[in-house]
Amino acid sequence: MATNTTVVGTRVAKPKATSGPWREAAGRLVKNKLAVVGLVIVALFLFCGIFGPLIAPWPYQVQDLQAVFANGNRPLPPLSPNHILGTDQLGRDLLSRLLDGARISVTVAFVVQAVIILIGVPIGALAGWFGGRIDNFLMRLTDVIYAFPDLLFIILLSVAFRETAFGQALDGLFLVFVAIGLVGWVTVARLTRGQLLSLKETEFVEAAKAIGVSDRKIVTRHLLPNGMGPIIVAVTLGIPVAILAEATLAYIGIGVQPPRASWGSLIAEGQKFIRSEPHLVLFPAIFIALALIGFTFLGDGLRDALDPKLKGKQ
Amino acid sequence: MIAYIGRRFLWIIPVLFTVSIITFFLMHAVPGGPWDRDKRLPQATQDRLNAKYGLDQPIYIQYATWAGKFIQGDLGPSYRYTDRTVNEIVADGFLTTVQLGIMAFILSVLVGIPLGIFAALGHNRGPDYVSTSVSIIGIATPSFVLSILLIVFFAVQLGWFPTGGWKGPQYWVLPTIALAGFPIAVIARYTRASMLEVTRKDYIRTAHSKGLRDQAVVSRHMIRNALIPVVTILGPTLAFLVTGSFIIERIFGIPGIGQFYITAISTRDYSLLMAMTMLYAFAVAFLNVVVDVLYAYIDPRIRYS
Repeated sequence: MATNTTVVGTRVAKPKATSGPWREAAGRLVKNKLAVVGLVIVALFLFCGIFGPLIAPWPYQVQDLQAVFANGNRPLPPLSPNHILGTDQLGRDLLSRLLDGARISVTVAFVVQAVIILIGVPIGALAGWFGGRIDNFLMRLTDVIYAFPDLLFIILLSVAFRETAFGQALDGLFLVFVAIGLVGWVTVARLTRGQLLSLKETEFVEAAKAIGVSDRKIVTRHLLPNGMGPIIVAVTLGIPVAILAEATLAYIGIGVQPPRASWGSLIAEGQKFIRSEPHLVLFPAIFIALALIGFTFLGDGLRDALDPKLKGKQ
Repeated sequence: MIAYIGRRFLWIIPVLFTVSIITFFLMHAVPGGPWDRDKRLPQATQDRLNAKYGLDQPIYIQYATWAGKFIQGDLGPSYRYTDRTVNEIVADGFLTTVQLGIMAFILSVLVGIPLGIFAALGHNRGPDYVSTSVSIIGIATPSFVLSILLIVFFAVQLGWFPTGGWKGPQYWVLPTIALAGFPIAVIARYTRASMLEVTRKDYIRTAHSKGLRDQAVVSRHMIRNALIPVVTILGPTLAFLVTGSFIIERIFGIPGIGQFYITAISTRDYSLLMAMTMLYAFAVAFLNVVVDVLYAYIDPRIRYS
């Protein structure tokens, strides 16, 4: 037993560098009820987005015209045979269209955040690490982007490149992703810079410098992994912002092109029938609401879990 | 301090300059021109119109001309509403948009801050749940959905308010609520978190232990300190309300300037689009500086140099 303890003892003294704090954070996360609710919603959302078209009862663009005709050329109400959430005025199955919309929203959620990370982290890291003039220049650049009226810039960008091959990619969605990402990276850049500035002065960085580790390695191996927490939180909380932006654009008719429909364009279509067929607006609105709530809860939970000091701070 | 404030305000100028360049060139990258109509104008007419408005010049000359006029306060002619100048259009609509934005701002502050305070004081009890539910609904409901629901319920079903237009106070109610929904939620969440943070501070314990009444501790120590960080989000909120109202203006048929933004892009009304972008960018940049300065003023711990 005695020898065993020493072995365990040395293990404790040299824990795996990556698993410790992250596993602890995961433990704190699953103890937080709201965060778990968020996690479940997000998991469902991802499932719908990835497998939606496989589980959808109909292809999203198929028109069940007979059923609509039998209903006096009106959209089918929920709980109709073959159409559990009803159809739109063209007989397209609402559930199937919502599931296809989920795929669009999932793509928005991840592609936009990828764009934001790809632009924001390097710029923030450069500014924070080098400081001085580079820092000044890059931070002034974020000032300019920050002053841009977001949605308006996205609209301009989307319209300007709509006719190009770039604008046609992914049913017109690719452009929207890039546009939302281009105005959204500022927060992540500022956060990364702040993290780097505070971590730069720590002893472990000084130690790394003293033993001659290269600048690049210090930034990528030591500073970024240690400063990840707040960036992960910002990225998670940026997802609902991106989903909302896409839905808003789709509502005013920018972005995804028919016959595909995002949740925002479903609401725009359903609005015409709001008095007689409110389900055409309500179901997409509920889907949007759930997605926004899920990521917000998860983001809040992650913040508390990753940085217990900040608990409760928004 | 004064030098700092001056520098911050002066910095708005290069920001606006950059914004104008990016927008100007992007805008001219949009295919088509301001003379595209359903019925095609003859080429000769288009050429003459282009010459008249200087659109036949190289783009950098057009930019220089625009910038020169802009500095003198001339926003140029509207290419779509040919009988009016952009100055007139902006002057007509801007006050409406600002009025809507400010009303929504006042509503969000008046509802959001008390909601956050009550939530924090009744932490994990009834008030907290009520307030948290309100903010969750606010965050989860896009403004266009909220507008539709408000119109269907309060305008169509109950008939309390008109469905659209902007002719008097009863027309203001629904758009203001629709616009304020999201900021109410954000401000309430922020205030609640800030209050909870302050509750744990040593000076609150001191205040309690020296025998101050709860009410005095809350009003004199907690709320005053907790509201300091809340100020930081008020600037972006006001900017969001003034620039983000165009969807609400569209849905409720409000004659503000927001409604012109999308039409200006789709009709290539260059000078109108530039004017709107500059106005919005100025509002955002200006409000951010004001908030930073205000923050230093109300929080003596912060000193800029």
